[in-house]
Amino acid sequence: MIKIEKLTKTFGSIKAVDDISLEIFKGESLGLVGESGSGKSTLARLILGLIKQDNGEIKGIAKRDCQIVFQDPQTSLNPRIKIGEAIAEPMLIREMFPKEEIAGRVEKLLGLVMLNKEFANHYPHELSGGERQRVGIARALSSNPKFLILDEPVSSLDVSTQVEILKLLKNIKQKLDLTYLFIAHDLLIINYMCDRIAVMKAGKILEIGTKEQIIHNPQRPYTKLLLSSSV
Amino acid sequence: MKRGKFGLLVLIILLGFAVLAPVIAPYDPDEIVESQTLAPSFNHLFGTDDLGRDIFSRAVFGARISLTVGFAAVAIAIIVGVFFGSIAGFYGGFIDSLLMRFVDIMLAFPSIFLILTVQAMLSPNIYNVMVVIGLTSWMGVARLVRGEFLRIRELQYVEAAKSIGCSDFRIIVRHILPNAQAPIIVAATLGMAGAILTESSLSFLGLGVQPPMASWGNMLMDAQAYMRDAPWMATIPGALILITVLSLYFVGEELREKLDVRS
Repeated sequence: MIKIEKLTKTFGSIKAVDDISLEIFKGESLGLVGESGSGKSTLARLILGLIKQDNGEIKGIAKRDCQIVFQDPQTSLNPRIKIGEAIAEPMLIREMFPKEEIAGRVEKLLGLVMLNKEFANHYPHELSGGERQRVGIARALSSNPKFLILDEPVSSLDVSTQVEILKLLKNIKQKLDLTYLFIAHDLLIINYMCDRIAVMKAGKILEIGTKEQIIHNPQRPYTKLLLSSSV
Repeated sequence: MKRGKFGLLVLIILLGFAVLAPVIAPYDPDEIVESQTLAPSFNHLFGTDDLGRDIFSRAVFGARISLTVGFAAVAIAIIVGVFFGSIAGFYGGFIDSLLMRFVDIMLAFPSIFLILTVQAMLSPNIYNVMVVIGLTSWMGVARLVRGEFLRIRELQYVEAAKSIGCSDFRIIVRHILPNAQAPIIVAATLGMAGAILTESSLSFLGLGVQPPMASWGNMLMDAQAYMRDAPWMATIPGALILITVLSLYFVGEELREKLDVRS
């Protein structure tokens, strides 16, 4: 579905993404692990088109079919915009639906992330962290993307909320037939969410394979180190 | 009573006087109604001036002028400042450097001389006063707004707005500006105090609001020759300027604390 070829992005003298080639298959959930600063987020932003690569290509998907769920639901929602408007914004901008249908769509999206439709009239600060992340998911889904990047979507939530959100994400993926790129540093979560795992370090993909291969039979010492430190 | 509340109360009273000036003023402010330089009395609360006009009536109409000029000048300064500041802060890089150097150049001019020159060249009427004050006092706002934009543009909700495909204009106006409004409100309040002072200075020098129209500044100018014989002619407009400016500062400081704005 997405084919990344020899993608490179440098910031100053740092190679954040260093000659990465990678394929993401339709319908799969690919986990991306690595320590902070390994280039995971840069890779995500390149795929989204938020930043421009120095070299290489991303093929197979239009920019409008990609969306992202951010890590921190505290700061990823504009404090002055009501939940309903935040969810409606992608639809309004892309003029995907007639104006009079949008309110109904917002209600449906809130239902999809299992929030009461009353939330549409609330401001972000009136919501809990878990509720906000649900809103973040609803906003990402509102323009009907085919591919979703989840950038550590649960790492700032408490454990019981993490489980709820992960279940929800799994459920939604099935319902809407989505493809995920799931960024995390917790291998337990990756193991639960993903089919394949890519290990990233210093801008390069060290190792990629099915989760059984990576978790039970890691080839690289760095992968072993990651496994031993997080499990 | 807290200073901020006190200031607000004073401003509301002044605003009331300004709006209701024709109702409140007992006499026509430009009409000679009595002998010259009468001391304050029951008939003439603040006395009369060198031509025999009622100072209370002139002060009330002067409040109109001072507040209007102050408000309009600040509005112009805010519009220009927000425009330059948001573009500089949002785009950064070369555009930012260019605009900020322009701000530095504008700041390097001693603005009172710039205003005097412009006023001397143009006909010094009340509209020119507003525009000139506005166009020489936007630089602080621009710097402030730029700083806020630099901070806010790094927040995740701005990145989220980009990722859903918002245009730059939409991000600036809908996502960043509303979150930068607190310091702008504070700057506007304090800026209005400055604008009222500038208007008074200009009118005092004869380059602002032109007689016979009353402004606190030109009332002060008229009072110069009568400091000894009719001190109320100077004290009344002087005190009004002081009270207004002080009240605006009190309110501005209170807002700064309430809205948690770092200066």
